[in-house]
Amino acid sequence: MVTLEDYGQYETAWCPGCGNFSIVEAVKKALVASDLEPHQVLFVSGIGQAAKAPHYLNANVFNGLHGRSLPVATGAKLANPDLTVIVESGDGCNYGEGGNHFLAGIRRNIDVTLLVHNNQIYGLTKGQASPTTAEDFVTKAQPEGVASFPFNPIVVAVAMQAGFVARAFSGMVDHLSELIQQGIAHAGFALIDILQPCVSFNKVNTFAWYKKRCYTLPTEYDPRDWGNAMKTATEWGAKIPLGIIYRNARPSFGERIGRGRLVGRETDRGVLGKIIKGFQ
Amino acid sequence: MDADKKRIMNILIGGEAGQGLVTVGQILAKGLVRSGYAICVTQDYQSRIRGGHNTFAMRVGTDEVQAPQEAIDLLVALNAETVGLHRNQLSDQGLIIVDEALEIIDDNNTLRVPFKRLSSDQYTNIAALGVCSALLGLDEGVVSQTAVDFFGKTHLEIVEENRRALEESYRWAAKKNVAFEKLPFIDDPPQRMMMNGNEAIALGAVAAGLKFCSFYPMTPATSIALNLARWAKEMGLIVEQAEDEIAAINMALGASFAGAPSMVGTSGGGFALMAEGISLAAMTETPVVIVIAQRPAPATGLPTRTEQADLEFVLHAGHGEFPRAIFTPGTIEQCFELAQKAVHIADLYQGPVFILTDQFLADSYRAVIPFDLNGISPVQPWSTKGLKFSTPYRRFAVTDSGISPRLLPGLTEHLVVADSDEHTEDGHITEDLSVRTQMVQKRLKKGTGIRAEVIPPELQGEEKPDLLLVAWGSSKGAVEDAAATMRARGMRVATLHFAQVWPLVPELFIDKMQEAKEVVAVEGNATGQLARLIRRETGFHIKDMILRYDGLPMTPEFILRALKP
Repeated sequence: MVTLEDYGQYETAWCPGCGNFSIVEAVKKALVASDLEPHQVLFVSGIGQAAKAPHYLNANVFNGLHGRSLPVATGAKLANPDLTVIVESGDGCNYGEGGNHFLAGIRRNIDVTLLVHNNQIYGLTKGQASPTTAEDFVTKAQPEGVASFPFNPIVVAVAMQAGFVARAFSGMVDHLSELIQQGIAHAGFALIDILQPCVSFNKVNTFAWYKKRCYTLPTEYDPRDWGNAMKTATEWGAKIPLGIIYRNARPSFGERIGRGRLVGRETDRGVLGKIIKGFQ
Repeated sequence: MDADKKRIMNILIGGEAGQGLVTVGQILAKGLVRSGYAICVTQDYQSRIRGGHNTFAMRVGTDEVQAPQEAIDLLVALNAETVGLHRNQLSDQGLIIVDEALEIIDDNNTLRVPFKRLSSDQYTNIAALGVCSALLGLDEGVVSQTAVDFFGKTHLEIVEENRRALEESYRWAAKKNVAFEKLPFIDDPPQRMMMNGNEAIALGAVAAGLKFCSFYPMTPATSIALNLARWAKEMGLIVEQAEDEIAAINMALGASFAGAPSMVGTSGGGFALMAEGISLAAMTETPVVIVIAQRPAPATGLPTRTEQADLEFVLHAGHGEFPRAIFTPGTIEQCFELAQKAVHIADLYQGPVFILTDQFLADSYRAVIPFDLNGISPVQPWSTKGLKFSTPYRRFAVTDSGISPRLLPGLTEHLVVADSDEHTEDGHITEDLSVRTQMVQKRLKKGTGIRAEVIPPELQGEEKPDLLLVAWGSSKGAVEDAAATMRARGMRVATLHFAQVWPLVPELFIDKMQEAKEVVAVEGNATGQLARLIRRETGFHIKDMILRYDGLPMTPEFILRALKP
């Protein structure tokens, strides 16, 4: 049996009170609940405070470039479909720098679980606006307030009929953990947008701010109803829905191409010889 | 073949995009190869799908043909513009083949063909092929079979109509008494493949164990991935068109990290987008092969033409300091061999390895002896045979060679951790500056091994020559051909070709330069990038340079004109 101890306990470089701590706890719980051993899991992350998360548990890790975790995860999953591949990075990494990969990941329906630590601000670089920062939010980089309209990842993902779209809040660890577990179990692209406070650089969207607004979707909510999911996805402001907002059973990219595991595959000299003969 | 019946000649087919000149060119080229002749194809096309002026030229010979030729012996003009543009290149015995319906001033050296009578409009290109084949003295059956093989996958009636157009025109031309010297007939032709540079690179990579290729389409590199995609199912590869070049390189790194030998193909502009990924490959010590098929730049440049101006870019791409190898094949055989070597070096030294070609070589079909697969040894990064490591496993364990024992994630109980940040031996992020120093040294140490495996530049011709021509990559054939011409005129000329431009190991070539009376660099760029690199690394100053940067490949004539020997 896999236990929480297998995933270890590490000292971090995060600010006390950061939402990241509870996200790491929820991730570990989900892995244990999924009965996955550390060596069966690959975390891919980018750059940002959230991208450091995989260093604080035991697993395989590829901590790559800012914004580029999804392509790395895609390649790894295709090379070895037996790996459980989890991408963990922030809102800037996934929705800003890696925006194109976010769209392509959804379209491919690659079987990875994308955990986005969404604190609506850039933490690592000290408080600039992120793609999800609200309009008029004042930062040192946007002293007159953010002029751009915020990116709503849930709306975009549901509109594109992503395989599994969920929202969670770092303040509700068990709920988050349950969603991560379901995301891992989903055979296709799973987005879990995790709202979290940034105690150092976001004095607006605080723990209390989220706590007041977040509610879990009722049990009778049907995430397979796309029309209704689109409506739910747009809900943001006074009330913020948490839970699985949309899901479908579209086959994953790996299933569609049906190539199986690349790692360990011998080169077929006979077939190669035939190909070469074709050039005569 | 009669030993003293040697011949070398140049055929150029010209017309608009969409007229099927590449189809004719490929069938004729393959028909020639199957009949035992050597070829060197130069494709010159515009960046458009219809219209414009495109050419498909092939130099043909009874012996080896290694470079293109400017003078034309047989000009196949699918439109009037082709005649106007290329008439002045016609050799003394040259002949123009043209539709009789076109308004061309009647010349002695013009064969006017009643294409309307020989074929329907749709098959004019195939009729031109028939006429050409007859004039060259190719066997009708061989050409016909080559055409059938070519069209094999399309509808049968199209195959049949093509075949009929071919036969009609072949017989028409065979009956005409045209003053054009046929190619000497080759009895019992040897088995040869017809292959271009991109095909050979794709094959070489697969032969070395490639399993994954991600790419974003960019001329002239695209066909590397297209070839791999064609074989993907039967060879068990994955070829994925990424959303952009940044995704392509990162996807390849992900696949490689998880154990699939990986490659990306692009040209200068796409490679510019990959630069951060190159640095990531170096830092995470992830094997990857990057093929850059050069085209004229800056920026979009001339998208479909050739150049050798990205040597310095590829040499320096990626921030920070790390070892790399850059292969610059000069022939189709070298494309195959060096693609294999690139996969092996990437696997062994765990980092980025480059293959630098260009549009000319990428698209240049040649006659090639079928590759022998007996000698191939595909890489197996998953194999733990002979791998020694202590536990807990440390992915970046410091060793004498700088090479750390590499395990793959998920295949053992050991955890594999890699980071783009500076990291400890176990792969975790660190800001311990003594570890930093140690890791820089560890990564650079791998350069010693890469250096020890460098391919020495190839010297051809006289020892201590009066003139030494220095070249790299696809200019190989042109310099060697030009040197042969000069030697035939009694001059003491040699060539030095670099099939690998990095690392440069002075001991392997510097004496050859010092011993020559005169050294001239021949490069397809405007500033002499290899010459400058040689000076930087050795202090040897090559003052004279023959540089071509008009988008066309280096030719023997271009070199000879520049030298005015």
